[in-house]
Amino acid sequence: MQLDVSDREYMYSGHVGCPGCGAAVAMRFLLKALGDKVIMVLPACCWSVIAGPYPQSTLRIPVIHSAFETGGAVASGVRAALDMKGDKETTVVTWAGDGGTFDIGFQALSGAVERNEDFIYVCYDNEAYMNTGIQRSSSTPYGAWTTTTPGTEWKKMRKKNIVEALVAHRIPYAATANIAFPEDLTRKAKKAKETKGSRFLHIYASCPTGWKIPSEMAIKIARMAVQTNIFPLYEVEGGIKYTINYKPKEYPVREYFKLQGRFSHLTDKDLAQIQEMVNEDWEMLLRKAGERA
Amino acid sequence: MKKVLEGSQAVAEAVRLAGVGVISAYPITPQTHIVEELSRYCADGTMNAKFLRVESEHSAMAALIGSASSGIRTFTATSGQGLALMHELLHWASGARLPIVMAEVNRALAPGWNIWVDQTDSLAQRDTGWIQLYCENSQETLDTTLMAYRLAELVNLPVMVVLDAFFLSHTYEPVDVPDQKKVDRFLPSYVPKFQADTKNPCAFGPLVAPDNYMEMRYDIARAMDDALERFPEVEDEYARLFGRRYGAMEPVMCRDADIILLTSGTVTSTTRLVVKDLRKKGEKVGVLKMRLLRPFPVVELREVLKGAKKVAVIDRNFSFGASGIFAQEVRAALCNLPKHPAVFGYVAGIGGRDVTPALIEEVYWKTRKNKLPEKESVWMGLKEVSDAARRQ
Repeated sequence: MQLDVSDREYMYSGHVGCPGCGAAVAMRFLLKALGDKVIMVLPACCWSVIAGPYPQSTLRIPVIHSAFETGGAVASGVRAALDMKGDKETTVVTWAGDGGTFDIGFQALSGAVERNEDFIYVCYDNEAYMNTGIQRSSSTPYGAWTTTTPGTEWKKMRKKNIVEALVAHRIPYAATANIAFPEDLTRKAKKAKETKGSRFLHIYASCPTGWKIPSEMAIKIARMAVQTNIFPLYEVEGGIKYTINYKPKEYPVREYFKLQGRFSHLTDKDLAQIQEMVNEDWEMLLRKAGERA
Repeated sequence: MKKVLEGSQAVAEAVRLAGVGVISAYPITPQTHIVEELSRYCADGTMNAKFLRVESEHSAMAALIGSASSGIRTFTATSGQGLALMHELLHWASGARLPIVMAEVNRALAPGWNIWVDQTDSLAQRDTGWIQLYCENSQETLDTTLMAYRLAELVNLPVMVVLDAFFLSHTYEPVDVPDQKKVDRFLPSYVPKFQADTKNPCAFGPLVAPDNYMEMRYDIARAMDDALERFPEVEDEYARLFGRRYGAMEPVMCRDADIILLTSGTVTSTTRLVVKDLRKKGEKVGVLKMRLLRPFPVVELREVLKGAKKVAVIDRNFSFGASGIFAQEVRAALCNLPKHPAVFGYVAGIGGRDVTPALIEEVYWKTRKNKLPEKESVWMGLKEVSDAARRQ
């Protein structure tokens, strides 16, 4: 299959990500879709390191590194400045991890989206505080081991549904995307670019280091997250119109969980319970998309 | 043009005249009049600026960091808790070398809830790399805000213009509002030294290892030194156009004074009257108003105080476990001189309590009576609280 993405690279070689880093793949495809008229706000996350230390930068676009919880606010300020300068062409993009989005940056993100600031907020989600050494976040899924949910204290709360939280703001455009589906990812990035107001992309980005998986499995596991209905590919327009973009094969969740060290402690009973939770979420999404009565 | 303005309105007038492009703020008493006035200016077209009504002070400063990094003149205002919430980003603004200007209306910190004047909020931020200027009246507040932009953009450091809650923010006084054309000569359109630009992509504020970080901090230290050196230049230019200058500090009747009362903010105005009265009684007393706290004008301070026997510092603030903060600064500035006046520290007017002429006079007579300070900090005007009751 030929991918409909630009040949132009906006990432220089030599980034500082771990081997198999899903966040690096996500950035590469996002920038290919958005082009070079982008100013990026980069609150603290793995990418603060991946982008490279001073005086180097792996990105061919201007990057404003910023404090952990400020992704929504700094971007609002950049947009306001560009508007004052009459620059309608440049797209302002915040690029944040799940910690900076689901947790510490949630207030600023909610504020920016409520004001309908004209920018794209991208969360690349590796489901824990990976940059600080695999601590649980509110994006960490039920059942996962992390360094702050060790042993029998593995996480027993559901992952926060961030897209639904954004949809509740009646955000003009929100979508999930996945590094194993680059065509879908780039299409959504382009669609986000063409939409006015606040836009949100939630990109699944596997983390070999934090998930205890071999680096060559990063893409396969990302694909399995979609095929098992754990991370459905869908988009929501105007906070109302749901579209499921890919019909998954609906493999049992066990196929996804057994590949990852972070879930190795789970019993058959735990997995059965997780399967039920995933089924429940999927049914709910089908209803919202009008595919179930 | 002469207008009767609140301190808050004087700030807003200056921000209008400065041609600020982005304002971002979150409401807190007693800062609200400033941002309400500016909201109105932005809504009715008096100002051509974007007003970002953000969801917290933290985001207010974060947004300005974004705007200033994109080459726009910016403004915010806050008080007390709001400033405390911004703390992390105050370091960020100076570290990123952004010439942001903020009006900070001094308000006491909770608990208990207290909306009245107290300088502990701004003084707790003295190590954040912001230039800090303390104002005495509405005219000075307007003038200082305009000077703040000039100074900030000269040295690429943020400036905090500090004014007392209510006594200044909500008190009406006649203010000469300068003409826009003249202001434009003093403060031409902003030309940023750097900005985010898609034609010249750069990374701002990335990871910096120990082999580079220290030099970046040293650059900020030097920029602060530059600010001290160039502040008179800014004032000269302002005085040339508008006929007013205030100095990093203002000594009044200090030349032959044995005792100098050192003040800041609106307490200064009351102290001026007390000193005048005491002079009439033949007392050799002066008042030294401090305006610039960061950078701290050590050399000038030593010069003003060199002839005095005693200096009595009135602090409307307190560093628990140490002393009043201006007193600390003065002691530190003097300690390496072989001969210097004794420094008497007084704490007064905390949480908006009145600092009356009688109280200031009491400070004077206490200082005059004692050869050396009885304590590092003497709390003035305290109600009787028995030690037994306190220890319960």
